[in-house]
Amino acid sequence: MNRVTVNREMCKECEYCLHFCPKKTILKKSDTVNKKGYYAVEAVDMTDCIACGICATVCPEGAIMVEKDV
Amino acid sequence: MGEKVFMQGNEAFAESAIRSGCKFFFGYPITPSSEMPEYYAKKAPEEGLTFIQAETEVAAFNMIAGVAATGKRGMTATSGPGFSLGCEAMSYMSAASLPSVVVDVMRPGPADGEILGSQGDYFQLTKGGGHGDYRTIVLAPYSVQEYADFAPLAFELAEKYLNPVVVASDGTLAKMMENVVLPERTSGPERQPWAVDGAKGRPHNDITTCGDGPEQWEAFNLRLQAKYQNIRDNEQRWEEYQTEDADVIIVAFGVYSRVAMAAMKMAREKGLKVGLIRPITLWPFPVKAFENLENKDFFVTELNSGQMVEDVKLAVKDKDRVEFYGRLGGMIPTPVELFNKLCELYMK
Amino acid sequence: MSIVYKRPEVFTDEYMKYCGGCGHGIINKVIGELIEENNWQEKAVFVWPIGCSVYADKYFKVDSICALHGRAPAVATGVKRATPENLVISYQGDGDLVSEGMSEIMHSAIRGEKFTVVFVNNAIYGMTGGQMAPTTLMGQHTTTSPYGRAEEFTGHPVNMAEIIAGIPGCYYSERVTVNTPGNIRKMKAAIKKAFEYQMEGKGLTFVEVVSPCPTGWNMKPVKALEWLSESVISTYPLGVFKDLGKEEK
Repeated sequence: MNRVTVNREMCKECEYCLHFCPKKTILKKSDTVNKKGYYAVEAVDMTDCIACGICATVCPEGAIMVEKDV
Repeated sequence: MGEKVFMQGNEAFAESAIRSGCKFFFGYPITPSSEMPEYYAKKAPEEGLTFIQAETEVAAFNMIAGVAATGKRGMTATSGPGFSLGCEAMSYMSAASLPSVVVDVMRPGPADGEILGSQGDYFQLTKGGGHGDYRTIVLAPYSVQEYADFAPLAFELAEKYLNPVVVASDGTLAKMMENVVLPERTSGPERQPWAVDGAKGRPHNDITTCGDGPEQWEAFNLRLQAKYQNIRDNEQRWEEYQTEDADVIIVAFGVYSRVAMAAMKMAREKGLKVGLIRPITLWPFPVKAFENLENKDFFVTELNSGQMVEDVKLAVKDKDRVEFYGRLGGMIPTPVELFNKLCELYMK
Repeated sequence: MSIVYKRPEVFTDEYMKYCGGCGHGIINKVIGELIEENNWQEKAVFVWPIGCSVYADKYFKVDSICALHGRAPAVATGVKRATPENLVISYQGDGDLVSEGMSEIMHSAIRGEKFTVVFVNNAIYGMTGGQMAPTTLMGQHTTTSPYGRAEEFTGHPVNMAEIIAGIPGCYYSERVTVNTPGNIRKMKAAIKKAFEYQMEGKGLTFVEVVSPCPTGWNMKPVKALEWLSESVISTYPLGVFKDLGKEEK
């Protein structure tokens, strides 16, 4: 299965990744805040992830890593 | 020793700077400094120099900052109105600890003013001019020879302390021609470990002048202040003549000190015990020159309305024994005028 | 597992001081990717401006110097003339480049200085708290144009990519944006081209990036991207305004 890793402490909750993800089921905002007070995005369900890398491309913080299962 | 030539002050400085490995000159034309950019422009092809006639002094000073940041030797030259524009960058280069050299060929202000010799930029050069708590070393030459000698010295001091150095000449010294022995050719420093010249074979270097919180910025400022204290302790320069037995000591700097010297000689011929102190570094002001002088009068004379006299009053034990005489607008007293002033003040 | 996207190694682990959704982060990241992919780590020298990206020296493991407000092109001139082998990047915002530093950028272009300018245009002063910039749109509300930017008092927005393209010393000028993943890739291609031209010793290369400032615009980040797409780009059309490299081929 492909993998998306979000650096929780770097996330500033801009939601670009959520907005541009073509699948909408992979990422969601956490219920708790990070050290800076943001409801950081987390990867919750990798089933539909196609490892397109869009979430990482649009992330202004460089907080997302995308890996493809080969 | 290098070769001896008959040369104009500004050109002698420029030639001396080239021989000191200063390959970059950025400047904007302004009287009475323009011979320096002209000299660099003329010599650029044969000497492999980079000369840019900048769009403004603001740009010229910042271009120098860019060259200094790479660890190479660069300079600019201007006069008061241009130096005023450059003050922003003087503050910046001081904070950034960039070893640059700037010549201020003083002319009488304020504003456009006039174009002859003056010493009216003393406050601007020694007390800041730009914003914030910063200091720059200021060297004041009194002859074409010393003007030329201060090119290599200015770069050496700038690189030793990582600080801008100003050479304070004026319209008279700039245009004067004298015999001068030019310095031997040197190539300037090797690659500097702190420079931003590409992080090759070392960790990356960042030069920043933007604070990151009051604690960090106070610590940054205290490091600068420690450097300035080190310069105060080690770099005060002056010349003194016949001060030991003197009743009255004239204090004068720059080429104008030669008029004071002539007045002093006239006084000595008349049997009057007059001496002379010539500050060479205007900053750090040579307070050490005044330390052991007890029970003397000081006669400060400048081509301004009284600027260095404030530093003399801080340096002497009894400020009530400090008198001042100055001329403005480009007027220069003759030795007789100065001698008469001395008599008027002290022969009552 | 193969890595599709990973934070560039040339980036430090420093927490970026930009607000959430700020375009600077995306642009910084893309420049970092380019430096890494082309092995320019030992050649890149940033000249950072005064503005929101003033702390960006902390984000990159390459040499950098922070310039005074508006003066980055003058400092970059000195750096590039002294070390022509290096990749010198003058990274500037719109207050910095179009207002305080208009003289420096224009004359760097006139002289054909051989460095690259990455000009981030977000139509506002971000760091000082959302004041009007020369690039602010007509009618746009800012803290110093509280009733909307009015032509009568302030004139029109300034289209720098077109102006710079009109100067003979400019070799390449393009305007790009970061509002979609596709446009981010186009921005990367534009900056890459500019860097390559610089390394070939060509004249001034200029990339204007229309970028969101959600905080200054008083919008949620995603809404800011929408406004950028709907309104900002109509004032600042995307495209290549000059590419002498293409003409030479």
